[in-house]
Amino acid sequence: MRMIFLFLAGWLAAMAPALAGERHILLQSTTSTQNSGLLDAILPAFEAATGIEVRVVAVGTGQAIRNAERGDGDVLLVHARAAEEAFVAAGWGVARHDVMFNDFVLVGPQDDPAGIAGGADAVAALAAIAAADAPFASRGDRSGTHLAELALWADTGVDVAAASGGWYRETGSGMGATLNTGVGLDAYVLTDRATWAAFGNKGGHTILVEGDPRLHNPYGVILVNPARHPHVDAEAGQAFIDWLTGPEGQAAIADFRVDGAQVFFPSAGPS
Amino acid sequence: MTGFGETLGQALWLILSGDADLWAIILLSLRVSLTALAIATLIGLPLGAALAVGRFPGRRTVITIVSAMMGLPPVVVGLAVYLMLSASGPFGIFDLLYTPAAMIIAQVVLVTPIVAALSRQVIADLHTDLAEQLDSFGLRPLARIPTLLWEGRTSLMTVVLAGFGRAIAEVGAVIIVGGNINHVTRVMTTAIALETSKGNLTLALALGTVLITMAIAINALVGVLGARARSGVPAHA
Amino acid sequence: MRDTGQSFTGGDARALAPRARGRTLPLVARHLGYSIDGKVLLNIPDLAIHPGGPTVIMGPNGAGKSLLLRLFHGLIQPTQGEVRAGGQPLGPATRRRQAMVFQRPVLLRRSVAANVRFGLRRAGLPRAARRDRLDALLAEGDLSGKAGQLATTLSGGEQQRLAVMRALATAPDILFLDEPTSSLDPAATQAIEDLLRRASAQGTKIVLVTHDPGQVRRLAEDVVFLHRGQMAEQSPVDRFLSDARSAAARDFLSGDLLV
Repeated sequence: MRMIFLFLAGWLAAMAPALAGERHILLQSTTSTQNSGLLDAILPAFEAATGIEVRVVAVGTGQAIRNAERGDGDVLLVHARAAEEAFVAAGWGVARHDVMFNDFVLVGPQDDPAGIAGGADAVAALAAIAAADAPFASRGDRSGTHLAELALWADTGVDVAAASGGWYRETGSGMGATLNTGVGLDAYVLTDRATWAAFGNKGGHTILVEGDPRLHNPYGVILVNPARHPHVDAEAGQAFIDWLTGPEGQAAIADFRVDGAQVFFPSAGPS
Repeated sequence: MTGFGETLGQALWLILSGDADLWAIILLSLRVSLTALAIATLIGLPLGAALAVGRFPGRRTVITIVSAMMGLPPVVVGLAVYLMLSASGPFGIFDLLYTPAAMIIAQVVLVTPIVAALSRQVIADLHTDLAEQLDSFGLRPLARIPTLLWEGRTSLMTVVLAGFGRAIAEVGAVIIVGGNINHVTRVMTTAIALETSKGNLTLALALGTVLITMAIAINALVGVLGARARSGVPAHA
Repeated sequence: MRDTGQSFTGGDARALAPRARGRTLPLVARHLGYSIDGKVLLNIPDLAIHPGGPTVIMGPNGAGKSLLLRLFHGLIQPTQGEVRAGGQPLGPATRRRQAMVFQRPVLLRRSVAANVRFGLRRAGLPRAARRDRLDALLAEGDLSGKAGQLATTLSGGEQQRLAVMRALATAPDILFLDEPTSSLDPAATQAIEDLLRRASAQGTKIVLVTHDPGQVRRLAEDVVFLHRGQMAEQSPVDRFLSDARSAAARDFLSGDLLV
């Protein structure tokens, strides 16, 4: 029938030559590495050097770790150190390697109702936000950023669970969606510097608090354990990890700029 | 946010500039959704017709379930398909997760109930008018299905377009099972989601405009073919 | 089972004739009853339709005329008794030798020719024979000039003519018609009646439901009169019109309201 013919014609027309046959690995990573443009900037060099295509699935750290546990990925690149170490300790990953770090920043509206601008003490700033009942937008998704944020709240002694729905808004979404919400609500948001730098919808928001050592945000890379998941391409995965933590990868990370500013800092130790 | 005019301008520029990445994304969207639609139609139309004319125990229950499944949340479907196709899932050995095939599977699950439930209604109404005449020609209920499908072709075309709309516009399922991998599984909707999360709202809206333009083009194409099918002598044997 | 009857392929002159070796007459109702929820809508102890000229089933609204036609054609299963066709129980094989035209023509949304072809396919004709027969049927129905037109765009009279031609395409032994001209103007009615007379002359048994005494006079050879689900009488048309035996038929013919 004619309808079926139509589908067939459309399908054939739409057959893209995207059927890449070459070797590839699957990288479970976080939105910050993708949204900032870092991976787009550094991966072509690795792919050109090795012929191994890196396919990136960018989700929150929590989801990336769970996907990797199920074997849906060869390499994990995330930022939640305690969760990463637990992942390796449980046998899901081979070993954790430092890759780079950046830092979290507290962004907020220019009128700054909690008066935290210019501060360098993240815990004090959060306590001030809570005291002012000023709106705060949280990821609320067990991502690396969310876990870091909860650790800071724990230090303030503020019970954010009790404030949820009031001044404390859990979006349950990715960094970008939470920033969009935060800008819309004139709310404070804790974000990583790279995502913020590359974010295109800043509205009137600016960085208000930065530089607190507690805002340190390290990224680790882990090979998914082929003993647990035999289909993992350990050779290609390890090649990627070696490159990323080696001189070329580290230099590529250091060279990456968003609007002229460095947002990731290589941290792999000499191997 | 910037004005709507600027968005439209950017959308136009995106289309006209022939950006290779954008075209790859558009073609992948079409390939995934049209394939899913073809499969869903091949399953859904006969199923809908069988539910319309068949008489068997449990028929009402099946109809209720199929109708309810029209409202399946894409995220739930995506999650279910993900768990099936995951390396640790029952179909993990096929290595389909994060491929266009996985996205097609998820969209088939989403679209088939729409095609089946809506076509059942179309065919049932048609059957009310034609049942005696077809019975008179010695056609038993299930044997009437090809005739009914052809008789209802105009309305069924709309049904199929509704299914296409669901498939092409859906993001919740394909982003989970496809992973929004650049050059591999990135389609229009996941690209829009990505640009939104980057805060590039103008670009996201421009991509959305491209998506809508695409949908209009497909609908117009089907409309033209449909008009031709109505006016001409059908080739149906 | 394949017929090789000559009337099929050969003569345009016999385009309206039944297939050869038709033995589905007489059509007999035995203790035929139909009731819903205990309410008897039709009860025909004994009725036979024999080969010959058109049999007209007549009676006021609600007498059970259409119901009887549907039972004869197997569209409805009786709740009592049975219909026998040529000595056999009514079944797929005997039903295939029957065709029916409904009060309002039920046409397929295709061309005129495609509608007739649909009937030809149901008759199981070989492809080449179908083409010859299609042309002959369209000519008989005075529809040759509209072969390519969408059937649903025809006038009411043309639509019903097409429905009759499509039914005759299956070359049935019996053609049932349920008030086929009730919504047509005189000219269109006359065209249908001419068609039916020709088909009857070529051997197709016509069984027609009407409540129009004029149509009985013009068409019928014998008449079955139904009233309130019962058979009031079955008579040759001359006697029915001049000297009906049942009071109900006499009242009806004289213009009294029957309820």
